[in-house]
Amino acid sequence: MTTRIVELRRGILKKNDELAAGLRERFTTAGVLVLNLVSSPGTGKTAFLERTLRELRAGGSRAAALVGDLETDNDARRLAASGAPVRQINTHGICHLEAEMVSKHLDGWELADLDFLFIENVGNLVCPSSYDLGEKIRVALLSVTEGEDKPLKYPTLFNSADAAVITKMDIAEACGFEHDAALRNIHEIRPGIRIFETSAKTGAGMAGWLEYLAEERAARKA
Amino acid sequence: MHELSIVSGVVDSVTETLVAYPGATVKEVRLRIGALASVVEDSLQFCYGLAIEGTPLEGSVLVVKTVPVIAHCEPCGQDVEIVSLQSFRCPRCDEPVSDLRQGRELEIESIEIDEVEETA
Repeated sequence: MTTRIVELRRGILKKNDELAAGLRERFTTAGVLVLNLVSSPGTGKTAFLERTLRELRAGGSRAAALVGDLETDNDARRLAASGAPVRQINTHGICHLEAEMVSKHLDGWELADLDFLFIENVGNLVCPSSYDLGEKIRVALLSVTEGEDKPLKYPTLFNSADAAVITKMDIAEACGFEHDAALRNIHEIRPGIRIFETSAKTGAGMAGWLEYLAEERAARKA
Repeated sequence: MHELSIVSGVVDSVTETLVAYPGATVKEVRLRIGALASVVEDSLQFCYGLAIEGTPLEGSVLVVKTVPVIAHCEPCGQDVEIVSLQSFRCPRCDEPVSDLRQGRELEIESIEIDEVEETA
């Protein structure tokens, strides 16, 4: 018997990372801007996305969505009401989306015909942060009902985000939402990140968000 | 709780490596996990015990080395360690830092195996 150390130096999620890199290349070639939306359950990702899809379509943009959930296709049905192409990904108990699930659900879609593709992740602030889906922009969402210190409690996710959205601003006052503290905490975890304060219900703050999407989309095309 | 997915990735990867070492037994599997990888070592150990049953890794020990978060501080012109994950600031000059150089690792560093001596 001889004992030997075998050096591996290999990423544990290598398979996912390679698939995600392949997806990113496909998205770039097709010129579609892909966003991965991540938050706790109940933050209002679906309502925010519903409004975003509706307004993008009203403005003449072509947008589609993939929506991840443990079970049910309720969210997909809600989003499809916007008129945008929507597909549900049921993870059947898995707490996050993986690149392979995204890849499988793209079959039959002509990516070059899209301006935007939104991927609504499973509601979870921990696990999705480790899984690259090939997105260009990772968006972390936080609602005014969740507490201003959430970014401090989940630094991994907020630190890996490219943009942050605060949802349900219409009830901020009733919740005693401490606006400055929330912004400060997000910036403490992810210095310099763009933050959008929105309400899917009243439409407040949506204009700035849509403007950002248009800028990012234009940058992608160039 | 994605530790089970992570551990399954480890088992697959090590099993693949073992093909080159027929008859070998795995004694230790060493991982490098970034402090920002959102992985809990206790859960990892628990899942590992379950995932290696009936695999060539059965009986092996999982060793987890935590990799600290290192960021590049522009004003200081050097890499600095971020000790608190509640504040991404340079410990020297207190400026916010966003250029992370290390801390998200999810990596199998090495495995220790007992090889069967070749008989002539």
